[in-house]
Amino acid sequence: MPPGHCRNRVCPACYCGSSGLAAAAVALDSGAVSDERPTLTRDEVAHLARLARLAVTDAELDLFAGQLDVILSAVARIGDVAAADIPPTSHAVPLENVLRADVVGPSLPREDVLAGAPSVEDNRFRVPRILGEEE
Amino acid sequence: MTQLHQLTAAATAAAISSGEVSAVEVAQLHLDRIAATDGDIKAFLHVDPDGALAAAKTVDERKAAGEELGPLAGVPLAMKDVVVTKGLPTTAGSKILEGWIPPFEATITRRVLDAGIVMLGKTNMDEFAMGSSTENSAYGPTHNPWDLTRVPGGSSGGSSAAVAAYQAPLSIGTDTGGSIRQPAAVTGIVGHKPTYGAVSRYGLIAFSSSLDQAGPFGRTVEDTALLHRVLAGHDPLDSTSIPQPATDVVTAAREGARGDLKGVKVGVVTELTGSGGGYQDGVIASFQSGVEILRGLGAEIVEVSCPNFDYALAAYYLIAPSECSSNLARFDGVRYGLRVGDDGNNSLEEVMSLTREAGFGAEVKRRIMIGTYALSSGYYDAYYGQAQKVRTLIARDFAAAFDAADVLVSPTSPFVAFGIGERMADPMAMYVNDLCTLPASLAGTPAISVPCGLSTETGPALPVGLQIMAPAMADDRCYRVGAAFEAAYNAANGPVLSNIPTLGADK
Repeated sequence: MPPGHCRNRVCPACYCGSSGLAAAAVALDSGAVSDERPTLTRDEVAHLARLARLAVTDAELDLFAGQLDVILSAVARIGDVAAADIPPTSHAVPLENVLRADVVGPSLPREDVLAGAPSVEDNRFRVPRILGEEE
Repeated sequence: MTQLHQLTAAATAAAISSGEVSAVEVAQLHLDRIAATDGDIKAFLHVDPDGALAAAKTVDERKAAGEELGPLAGVPLAMKDVVVTKGLPTTAGSKILEGWIPPFEATITRRVLDAGIVMLGKTNMDEFAMGSSTENSAYGPTHNPWDLTRVPGGSSGGSSAAVAAYQAPLSIGTDTGGSIRQPAAVTGIVGHKPTYGAVSRYGLIAFSSSLDQAGPFGRTVEDTALLHRVLAGHDPLDSTSIPQPATDVVTAAREGARGDLKGVKVGVVTELTGSGGGYQDGVIASFQSGVEILRGLGAEIVEVSCPNFDYALAAYYLIAPSECSSNLARFDGVRYGLRVGDDGNNSLEEVMSLTREAGFGAEVKRRIMIGTYALSSGYYDAYYGQAQKVRTLIARDFAAAFDAADVLVSPTSPFVAFGIGERMADPMAMYVNDLCTLPASLAGTPAISVPCGLSTETGPALPVGLQIMAPAMADDRCYRVGAAFEAAYNAANGPVLSNIPTLGADK
């Protein structure tokens, strides 16, 4: 198990009770350069795929586990930057919340929207069952 | 002799305006050109002859009625398939949207049509604009008209190839990390990423909302500026649209073309000149001769250092996947697009997972998973949060550099066009294509790529691009310096694009 793994916690991404993902144990706010890089196991990639609602195949898991590990190792060097006191930038341009006038405007015609839907019933989107038998 | 399809957009519009040729003739000629060449190039995912000819006919009728036409009326354009077009298929290069017909128009589509521009069709792209080669399209790669075995760059590779192959004088791309500038560079044309917020994102299928920006491609700086002027301007439908008038890029391009850069300070960014290796020698040689051309125009060349640019790649490949993992959650198989596994027994969640598995390609899945990882609550601070802080540092580097220089220059990409298939097995080998373009993406600043030479380093002569970066809302500086450079380069060497091998009907 790689250093920094959250052994004692449930999965931090979704609190699903899984043992969780491997953490990148980088000493971020100290500015120290860390040699510890992420190692992503096949099981952890499978967990990520579940979270992302991707029914990946076994062959994909084999492929992605290696590739994601390489990518995460490369981007983990972001932790080498001493940035503890730096404010984050979410958008390049300063934004203010913009509210439009509270006036009813035209909406797209229902038939135009439903025309693009994969399944329609009674003039609505038809959705597969959302609850399991045990729920 | 110059054929009609080889004219610039400005000259095409003038020929239509003077009555030398009708808009319908121009449209038909470009449709014929596409029919003759696109079997080789594969720039288009969808060609719309009926719509194009109808739009051209309207232009001719308005002219006949004595109406004053806009400066690009009747000029054909190719639209990247990530931009929503009412009634025309829009897939974003993905199987998950195959067959979807949008019920509304993107703001930029509306602006293009209102300007009397004739939309020929929708161009190929990396799926959801994720890639630098157009190989990630679910519909197969586009081929570079300079060498059909090579990529046309990406993600807007269909749009760059269409303009380089004379299928259209203008096209539209989107740029999240370099997806306009890098394809422009490797196909020998001009491409501009506007200031973030200068062009509306309403109706762009979102990849990374804080970075995505649409912009123009053309074969000349002036043509590119003419299209930029059509696209730019405040849009109340996009909450990040800048509520200010757009800069006058057309005047800037025309002033620049007079070729005087006295008093302009040009900063060469130390971190983007390949001193650490990793750039092709032919690219560096073209770039350096480009800097000398700028010096010859009277510009003062200064060296500037932007140390945090070294972290742009890491920051970008955390921020963009994070935003994509959130944006692409909308593809749930309910409201539009593909649905797989709906057998009456599978739950919504199972159908969703099967749909996304079948509908997304490998690169999209990789980025969604990287983003899911980086946004996980246990790692959010270490990855996404840290990347946002580095974004601040990159913006500060830009601010300091723009105290010392009016514009900054670098190669647009470390490489010329590479072979189809060459970089597909290794995602990081693909990502480094964006090395030079990422800083301006993260800072939201404008940048243009202008052809600056040819490199024979990897085989045939292939184009190299010069990137010119400016401060936010100073897009006009990119066009001014770009046009001055283009005029001087062409006077000395002839246009880079004049070296492109003949294709199809040219033969």
